[in-house]
Amino acid sequence: MIDFGFCISKSSHIMMDDIDLKYFNKLETLNPDIKTCMSCGLCTATCTAGNFTDMSFRKIILMLQRGKDKEAVRLVKKCMMCGKCMMLCSRGINTRNILLSITRIYNE
Amino acid sequence: MNEHRILVIGGGPAGMETAYQLKNLGLNPVIIERSDKLGGNLSRWDRLFPTSEPAEALLEKLMEQTKDIEKKLNAKITSIEKENNIFHLKLSNGINYKADAIVLCTGFDLFKAEKKQEYGYGIYNNVITNAELEKYFKTHNDERINEPKRIGFVHCVGSRDVKVNNTYCSKVCCATALKQACEIKEEFPEADVYCFYMDLRMFGKGYEDIYLKAQKDFDIKCVRGRVCEVSENIEGKLVIKAEDTLLGTPMKMTLDLLVLMCGMEKSKSSNEIQKMLNISNNEDGFIETRDLFSGLNLTKEKGVFVAGACTSPKTLPETLAEARSAAMEVFNYLGFQDVRN
Ligand code: SF4
Ligand code: SF4
Ligand code: SF4
Repeated sequence: MIDFGFCISKSSHIMMDDIDLKYFNKLETLNPDIKTCMSCGLCTATCTAGNFTDMSFRKIILMLQRGKDKEAVRLVKKCMMCGKCMMLCSRGINTRNILLSITRIYNE
Repeated sequence: MNEHRILVIGGGPAGMETAYQLKNLGLNPVIIERSDKLGGNLSRWDRLFPTSEPAEALLEKLMEQTKDIEKKLNAKITSIEKENNIFHLKLSNGINYKADAIVLCTGFDLFKAEKKQEYGYGIYNNVITNAELEKYFKTHNDERINEPKRIGFVHCVGSRDVKVNNTYCSKVCCATALKQACEIKEEFPEADVYCFYMDLRMFGKGYEDIYLKAQKDFDIKCVRGRVCEVSENIEGKLVIKAEDTLLGTPMKMTLDLLVLMCGMEKSKSSNEIQKMLNISNNEDGFIETRDLFSGLNLTKEKGVFVAGACTSPKTLPETLAEARSAAMEVFNYLGFQDVRN
């Protein structure tokens, strides 16, 4: 076949209907405080790892909610479990515990 | 009671409270209402934020307070003239009034959702408005609301949008959206409920608590991003598009029901009355007040006062507080304590 240099691009939209939130729901059942995140970004602003990498607790939560599990788990690996995010979180979310749960649930 | 007669134009919460306070001050108010009943937009609502108190309870209280006050329902004002600081108002049925002051309490209309054509109101069956959802909560009679599994709320419909010439924030719709989201989740616990917002403006007493409660107890999912378009798929379900701006990714989802949070516009019915009284609009299309600080109940025209959502979007407590202060301004104006006019 002659290659004319055209290709079909994949849609950049997240199709929410096709996302399997099975793991996220499990995470949410174990850590119901996750629901109250208001994306203020305190956790990310203070994050020790986030100073040097693209680690962002706030984004991890959003990614998991939108089915971007792989990207989220890649970020979780950069966490050093220092717990600074937990000390600051304005909603009192147990961020450290959630990070541990993610590691457990998504590595299954 | 003295002879001072005050015409309160508009029989919604602002007008009812103003008239009640004027009467308490020993003046002689008359409520002029164009429809066949008092209550205005409040009578269309089922429950009120932040406590989900029945709208009916507040309405009954206002009704009780105004029961001895003279009212003219179904009133169509044909002319108002001012002569030596006395207003002469004529109604279409031949009744005339002479008054010392007028308080405009003409309130608001909800933004006409069909103007935002991309949201498909009036085109797709399952797109409804905030007012229609309140009506459903009252009557439980709306065939479009049929065990929805996924429900979306669009904030800022007709507000903060230069494309519909309304650049202001309507103030009440963020709290209303989250209130309604919790209420519909209560009715359909299995449903996923999404709120698409740009900013959550939860400024008043108890509003932030609604937000927390919506997240924690009702599992309402708040997505930051404005819905750009709605379409219908072959099964008759709605497909919406928005960007998750916190993640920086565009997203799509199908919904069974979409609720549009229509904002406030000044009530159209006040235009003619304003013309008769020579009262202009501000840049948002609401009635212009003398200033934005201490003259919020005054207009440029001596003897013409204002209260409530006819001057800008307002919550109910704000409206009621303004109504009370308007009554006080009228009292002062009439010479009991002449300070500002
Ligand atoms: S615990 Fe992890 S995510 Fe939280 S501040 Fe420390 S490194 Fe960052
Ligand atoms: S600090 Fe808490 S509320 Fe703020 S973004 Fe992080 S997890 Fe969410
Ligand atoms: S109150 Fe909220 S929904 Fe209403 S216009 Fe303002 S920001 Fe938009």
